[in-house]
Amino acid sequence: MAMDDIKILDTVERYIRGEMTPDERLYFEQLRKTNPEIDQLVVEHTLFLQQMNRFEEWKKFKQTLHETHIDLTQQRKIQSDRLRGGAKIAYLWNKYKRVTAIAASIAGVTAIGLTILINLFTPQIKDPKVQELVHRVNAVEKNQKVLDSKINYVDKKNQQPVISTPVRYNGTGFLIDPKGLMITNAHVVKNSRNIFVQNNKGDQFKAFVVKLDVSRDVAIIKIDDDSFKSFTSLPYSFKKATSDIAEPIFTLGYPRDEVVYGEGYLSAKTGYNGDTLSCQIFIAANPGNSGGPIFNHNGEVIGILSAKETEAEGFVFAVQSKYIYQVLDELKKSSLYQNVKLSNRSSLSGLDKVQQVKKIQDFVFMVKGD
Amino acid sequence: MKAERNEKVLLQGLARSDKKAIELIYRENYNMVQSLIINNSGSTDDAKDIFQEAMIVLYEKVRSGTFELNCLIKTYVYSVSRRLWLKRLQQMNRYVPAMENLHETVPVDDDVEENERIGSEFQAMEKAISSLGEPCKSLLEAYYLEKKSMQEIASFFGYTNAENAKNQKYKCLVRLKKIFFAQYKNGNGNG
Repeated sequence: MAMDDIKILDTVERYIRGEMTPDERLYFEQLRKTNPEIDQLVVEHTLFLQQMNRFEEWKKFKQTLHETHIDLTQQRKIQSDRLRGGAKIAYLWNKYKRVTAIAASIAGVTAIGLTILINLFTPQIKDPKVQELVHRVNAVEKNQKVLDSKINYVDKKNQQPVISTPVRYNGTGFLIDPKGLMITNAHVVKNSRNIFVQNNKGDQFKAFVVKLDVSRDVAIIKIDDDSFKSFTSLPYSFKKATSDIAEPIFTLGYPRDEVVYGEGYLSAKTGYNGDTLSCQIFIAANPGNSGGPIFNHNGEVIGILSAKETEAEGFVFAVQSKYIYQVLDELKKSSLYQNVKLSNRSSLSGLDKVQQVKKIQDFVFMVKGD
Repeated sequence: MKAERNEKVLLQGLARSDKKAIELIYRENYNMVQSLIINNSGSTDDAKDIFQEAMIVLYEKVRSGTFELNCLIKTYVYSVSRRLWLKRLQQMNRYVPAMENLHETVPVDDDVEENERIGSEFQAMEKAISSLGEPCKSLLEAYYLEKKSMQEIASFFGYTNAENAKNQKYKCLVRLKKIFFAQYKNGNGNG
């Protein structure tokens, strides 16, 4: 019985959407005339679908209005005051961007001078203003680092790519450390003899597996290639706490040869069977995206996209970023990686998506294994 | 003459949800509505709410296809905002000041009523969908709102094939339609 109902609904939907052949249509219209139940279903379902469509457009329009309001406020094209949180930071960032860039060139000297002054004269006093100054100097230093990494990146562009090898497994990975430590899905690399990672410019680097956790489908790999130049810092940070339901998220990955952006939202705080180290997400992604980073709107990594199949159907899961902290703690027990530290301050908060993605994409790689 | 044509182009853009048109209308009318609200015991948050609601009224109106522009967009948006704010003040049982008309107004009561009806319908729909829980909510949204194919949905949600996904979708749909039509019969979503 249920199978028939499903088939009937399918047919009705194809009829409403105009997907039937002329013959089919004629036959179906005849059926409608003779069968009042079918006729009622058509009327009812048409109404329902119309309402769904209008609802979707209404929702989208509201979202556009909301975004427009923020845009225009930031551009000071409307007089709406009281910018708060992200909007305010973005606005201030735009305003002071130029000043910061100029200040960066003299920051080195000032930073040393200021530290000495504070240490000498106010060792015990926790003056918020002084702290704020130190913060600002730190921010300027950070800025200089970003500039440095940009220079590195320009250098890299001039190099010849490595000749590519036949590939069997494809996925996405992203740096968790500026010196080339990277996270990806275990299934992408576990059976591979050779692992290559490729950036969005098409440059390839050789890598090896540092740690595998097959049960969680997480692997840590390290780029081991003379042509790879370390970055000075990562633009994003790693969130330790679990994120909130409905938080908008986005990912970057390589479902094809080019870096692709996809967005969605966090559906549930836990994963399969209430697993608190993963979470359930809804995101536009393809198999090649697996192992890619999941970012929140502040540009913090909140998880790793996992294509792992589970017994539960109908869910997409991500391993939460707090798990990365755990794995890394284990890794640190061996002497080689004692100095690896995950950044907990993102330089992306308050920037718009386009700017965030621009800054992130150099740190997301295609991972290939053969 | 030229101004009139521009207005028409803007409204056509709005009907297509064109971002540029929306931005332009927003830019040229927001400050006016904000002063109206603030001068009549409202906050900037109220102003944002009321203005966006007025934009939705205009949007639904141009999309209905029967909209004839017989006044400037500015006049229309101002009239609707003013009406909406008066209603809001009344609902809060606040003293309604004699609102000064700084701009010309046109009668918009019917449009505002109609918008209220549509709005409550959509809110009911939103409530119905979210009350389904997962995976129904995401599944139906992917199929009916994002217009993804059953194949895409099957691979995306990890179903072994499109047939399985279809079965699950059907079960979810029956639940949603039940809630939806119950609300519909009860005078459009008082629940």
